[in-house]
Amino acid sequence: MISVKNLKKSFGELEVLKDINVEIQEKEVVVVIGPSGSGKSTFIRCLNRIEDITDGHVYIEGTDISNKKVNINKVRTDVGMVFQQFNLFPHKTVLQNIMLSPMVVRKWKKKEAENKALALLRKVGLEDKAHVYPDSLSGGQKQRVAIARALCMEPKVMLFDEPTSALDPEMVGEVLEVMKQLAQEGMTMIVVTHEMGFAREVGDRVLFMDGGYIVEEAKPEEIFSNPKEERTQAFLSKVL
Amino acid sequence: MDFKWEIVIEYLPFFMRGLGYTILASLIGFVVGAIIGLVIGMGKSLSNPILRLPFIWYVNVFRGTPLLVQIFLIHFAVMPIFIKPPEPLISLIVALALNSAAYIAEIFRAGINSIDKGQREAAYSLGMSHAQVLRHVILPQAFKRMIPPLGNEFIVLVKDSSLGAVIAAPELFYWGKVAVGSYSRVWEPYLSVAVLYFVVCLVLSYVQSFLERKYATDDQRKKSKKVVRRARGAEGH
Repeated sequence: MISVKNLKKSFGELEVLKDINVEIQEKEVVVVIGPSGSGKSTFIRCLNRIEDITDGHVYIEGTDISNKKVNINKVRTDVGMVFQQFNLFPHKTVLQNIMLSPMVVRKWKKKEAENKALALLRKVGLEDKAHVYPDSLSGGQKQRVAIARALCMEPKVMLFDEPTSALDPEMVGEVLEVMKQLAQEGMTMIVVTHEMGFAREVGDRVLFMDGGYIVEEAKPEEIFSNPKEERTQAFLSKVL
Repeated sequence: MDFKWEIVIEYLPFFMRGLGYTILASLIGFVVGAIIGLVIGMGKSLSNPILRLPFIWYVNVFRGTPLLVQIFLIHFAVMPIFIKPPEPLISLIVALALNSAAYIAEIFRAGINSIDKGQREAAYSLGMSHAQVLRHVILPQAFKRMIPPLGNEFIVLVKDSSLGAVIAAPELFYWGKVAVGSYSRVWEPYLSVAVLYFVVCLVLSYVQSFLERKYATDDQRKKSKKVVRRARGAEGH
């Protein structure tokens, strides 16, 4: 489904991703962990080319998005993304936030988009907030709306870039619950997170990144109980 | 001081006609300036440094030289190429448009840049094209922030249009000078002119704050508060 080959990313002189290689299967939930500055966020942002790719290849269902000639907008309609800072559109209501892209990009009829959006709001438990502006929502509610907004495009894969890092602790659970449900429904997911409980419980595979490389990858039970690499051990001993 | 009201009354029709031209010149100058300004603002944001250069220098030149000098150059040097003899009112409008374009370009650019880059990223991640992102996400938010500086720019332009008097464009201040010349009285004509400028600018600043409130109300205050109140009532807390 997603195939990353020799991915490199530099910001000026600073090389953030040095050589990333990974294959992600359909319906797989891959959790990316690692210390800050290890390149986790940059890595996930390269998967829909929100961040330009310096070198190497990223294939999304066979399409090489590192190729500048590829219609990236088309690829992005299949790749949903949820951000740490939610990034809801403040000038639009919750419902309009969700309906905007299906209507302007997918050219759905208004009624169709609205029905789908309302169904998704029901799913994330925010039906009653359809007509309020994001301003009046809590962080956890905003993030659930952001997930619904991404889902409304009916993506084949969802990218989560530290979705709970900007939330007050009591709101982390409600967002993880929605993500868990999504995983159970068979969504392909890549999740950058510091929530080790979520990684252990929901992840099919954990990637540990450090210094611009994927240092270790394994099933969660293996990596948490028996990490092979020294750097993984050091990191996990600090966070667990 | 004896204030001769009859001078004011006699010249009032001329002042009003002058005021009409003042408003006309400022309005056309502003609208044309906004169109040119939009192009310059976008040109200044181009990623290619060589293509960007002429736009940057347009702003540098028009902000870096006095409007009075620009008016003289346009009226006596540039316009005669196209119109003989040059028409003062047209020269004034051209000068106001070209001058305000430089300032409006900066207002547009700053307004667009002030929108958090997360907004752009979220919109792109949903598959939107550059044009769609600009139209549905960036411009509606940026426009709200542009209202106060655009309002300021228009008020400045109305007052600056009085410079048209030096090339005999028949705007408000020109008629003030004419009245001074024919009566050898300074207080009555100049005060009348000042009051008329003041009234126009005052009205404009009220229009500006009305627009600010209208657009702020749209998404932040009125609707959300009303709905929140309703939702809270329904939840019973």
